[in-house]
Amino acid sequence: MKEGRPRSFYILAIFFAAYVLFLYGPMIAIYVLSFQGPQGGLTFPMNGVSTFWIAKLFQGTGIVDLGAAFRRSLLLGIIVMIVTVVLSVAAGMAFRRKFRAQSILFYSAIASLIVPSIITSLGISLEFRIIDDLIKAHWNENFETSMGLLTSGLGAHLTWTLPFGLLIMFAIFNRFDPRLEEAARDLGATPWQTFRHVVLPIILPSVIGIGLFGFTLSWDELARSSQAIGAVNTLPLDLQGLTTTVTNPDIYALGTVISAVSFTVITLALGTIHMLNKRQAAKGSDAGKGLV
Amino acid sequence: MDTSEDILQQASPDLARGPDTARAAKAARLSPSFISWLQAGPMMLVFLAFFLIPLVFVVIVSFWDYNEYQLLPAFSGRGYTDTFEGCIAQLPDLCTIGKTYVKTLKLCFLVWAITLFIGFWVAYFLAFHVKSKTWQMGLSLLCTIPFWTSNVIRMIAWIPLLGRNGLVNSGLVKTGLINHPLEWLLFSEFSVVLALVHLFTFFMVVPIFNSMIRIDKSLIEAAYDAGATGFQTLVNVIIPLAKPGIVIGSIFVITIVMGDFITIGVMGGQQIAAAGKIIETRVNALQFPAAAANAVILLAITFLIITMMSRIVDIKKEL
Repeated sequence: MKEGRPRSFYILAIFFAAYVLFLYGPMIAIYVLSFQGPQGGLTFPMNGVSTFWIAKLFQGTGIVDLGAAFRRSLLLGIIVMIVTVVLSVAAGMAFRRKFRAQSILFYSAIASLIVPSIITSLGISLEFRIIDDLIKAHWNENFETSMGLLTSGLGAHLTWTLPFGLLIMFAIFNRFDPRLEEAARDLGATPWQTFRHVVLPIILPSVIGIGLFGFTLSWDELARSSQAIGAVNTLPLDLQGLTTTVTNPDIYALGTVISAVSFTVITLALGTIHMLNKRQAAKGSDAGKGLV
Repeated sequence: MDTSEDILQQASPDLARGPDTARAAKAARLSPSFISWLQAGPMMLVFLAFFLIPLVFVVIVSFWDYNEYQLLPAFSGRGYTDTFEGCIAQLPDLCTIGKTYVKTLKLCFLVWAITLFIGFWVAYFLAFHVKSKTWQMGLSLLCTIPFWTSNVIRMIAWIPLLGRNGLVNSGLVKTGLINHPLEWLLFSEFSVVLALVHLFTFFMVVPIFNSMIRIDKSLIEAAYDAGATGFQTLVNVIIPLAKPGIVIGSIFVITIVMGDFITIGVMGGQQIAAAGKIIETRVNALQFPAAAANAVILLAITFLIITMMSRIVDIKKEL
């Protein structure tokens, strides 16, 4: 063992610090700027300090109905989160055994992750257009569209969140000790009891991680929503629309509000994960507690 | 993972299930393969309905005809001929689509090279220099958090810094280094590359860190003991062992940048042509077959790059 730290440590530490500053610096700048005074502009220096622009968002005087977009994004994010957690955990369990079509599912997930978003989005939009045309031609001439937040939009978001969920499940089960399940089986537990009382409590912290990924990826999703969401907009789409006409700090205020939701969700999820880990450490083992 | 149980099961299925035969019989009614289908089926259906079938539709529609109002389901190569219009006549000069792809590849290469450099050293620092697990977790989380916030916000965050009256320009003017604000800082290729690096270095850090953390530290000790310098250890031990992470990170960054139209749109002031932007423009003009044809071309090129990269490393083995 060498004494002290090598010189490369300090060089790389400075490099790392510079990277973190690069990551956070610009974001902090807009969070600060969203508290401009009523006369404030898009750049520093600050022209007074106020919550004027944030309040303006909630008054809904802007060009777009941000309140409605906010609720839509929230609803979609929560549904995506639930579906992602359920489907990822189920599929993750399936991958612990060999089954046919295993590699098809695996490669679909990987492909879905790396095929450029605009192509997935365009494909979904074409698919729904063709479905619409079929419905119009054969059943109902006045049919408008089957595209929407919870049809094409939900599907588009899931093609982005499910691969992450599946990969996290792989990571979990790489570390999972199957002897715990064997022990449960030896004690007479049914497969469902084994899952409910042994597997789930152990993997729960990571499952919450999947939920966190599901919600925040959907909440901030833009490229896949762009063609596939239908007539309505999500909050990131509205935000992107604003960037072309930006003149006021209200766009920063909107950015700050969206980030605040993201950070709240991240904090809640990490807090829960931490709590569950502590609980597991405290109650997970009954070693030394005797027979009764 | 061939456990003793598997061997038992092969020898005598009933023995392995244990003495509770009633329950065993009940469980046996649902065969393992049926349970697997039940578990994996829903996710497969989502990918089928919202990824695989849409991809097939992209290919089919790329060969359809169109007019100003609608899709015409009849075979036509118009989507492709419109895309490559004038390409042969203009030779040896590049036509519009050719120029666009060259520019997209150039942006892609720049972003890849920079994110690889930053990502490698950040991951190296976290994996080899940060000794305590708690610090490692904390610092990784610090890098991860910005990834969880909106990309558009992280893009517009550069406006107050790079704009005409932004911090950088006013700082440079005040210190007397320049007389007039620099115009190329924002809404330029420079700002596009900067924003892409800012957004996606994360995708490089995570996989490289993951492969580095798995490197057996005794290999590095052995290299030192055998008299290798720090640089030799890096080139002959660490880089080869971190290669899977480097390839996976590179695939992520390259596919994202190849298909990107949002960052290039916002940070390029809607002025820079790129492969993804062509598709968006065609869709906005309701020329779906042309959009689909461009999507097929983009997909083919992306697929080519990935195939080339995955020849270097077996991705499935690394996950």
